[in-house]
Amino acid sequence: MSLKKIYSLYRTMEEENIIFSFNGVVTADFLTVILDIMETKMSYLSETSKTKKKVFNILVECLQNLYHHIDDENDLKRDLKKSKSSIVMVKHDQESYYVQTGNYIDKSVVSELDERLIKINGLDKEGLREYYRETLDNGAVSSKGTAGLGMIDIARKSGNKLEYEFLEIDEEFSFFSLNVKID
Amino acid sequence: MENILREGSAKTPSVSFDSQSGILELKGRSIPENSLEFYKPLNDWIDLYGQTPCDQTIVDIKLEYFNTSSSKCILDLFKKLERINLKGIPVSVNWYFEQDDEDMEEAGEDYQAILKLPFKMIEVDEI
Repeated sequence: MSLKKIYSLYRTMEEENIIFSFNGVVTADFLTVILDIMETKMSYLSETSKTKKKVFNILVECLQNLYHHIDDENDLKRDLKKSKSSIVMVKHDQESYYVQTGNYIDKSVVSELDERLIKINGLDKEGLREYYRETLDNGAVSSKGTAGLGMIDIARKSGNKLEYEFLEIDEEFSFFSLNVKID
Repeated sequence: MENILREGSAKTPSVSFDSQSGILELKGRSIPENSLEFYKPLNDWIDLYGQTPCDQTIVDIKLEYFNTSSSKCILDLFKKLERINLKGIPVSVNWYFEQDDEDMEEAGEDYQAILKLPFKMIEVDEI
């Protein structure tokens, strides 16, 4: 990267009001450190504890999604950078907070994830509550301890529709971008 | 049987399960990456406790927040306690939440809707 690019990247992040950003592989150790940094950063913000909790909570779910995503055994055979690397940002403007993530996903899971997100975005507050309870009570837990509740919980806590996009990268991967707005 | 007494950490709650008094408490936050590891010993303890429970069991849940991975494990824990309650040996849950924390209040209501256990919702200034 040229030196000028450092400045321009810095300016972009300032203009976009990015208060935190991380890119790379979200390991368990990093996850702990990121949460620690964000908690300290947010303790300086004059925000209600309700909002802080929501942002923190949503960030936890997003990071753990990324963490479990890299934990996949199939990825060992793959292009490591593509299958495991991701970006996480927290943005704060006058009105809202945004937790934004991006990661490569196997093309074969795109349609399933898309369907789930369409379903989630089609539900109102009451509908999300029902869907969450139903999944909590009936859903099976994977060996990683995930229960298919993450996205429902993120949508429920954010109170907004989940914005997302799948970008086709090559025959194997798509890039999944997610923007969660917290009022 | 032995009691469980654990300090809390940045990602796990403090635990105090007392088989003599029948008071079980979880306090703090519960956001481990893999909750099964953390909750398995607690659930095993309740299985054992269920064989000779106290006349009355009180469960104090004082969680600041928990991740979805924990929510499933907490449900399993409640389901084991529900079985004790269904046998006619009373178990009741005190669900603490901070003032204005609708998310935690709703989380309590979620469990209440799923389980046949008496829940008391208790709003406090700070957990």
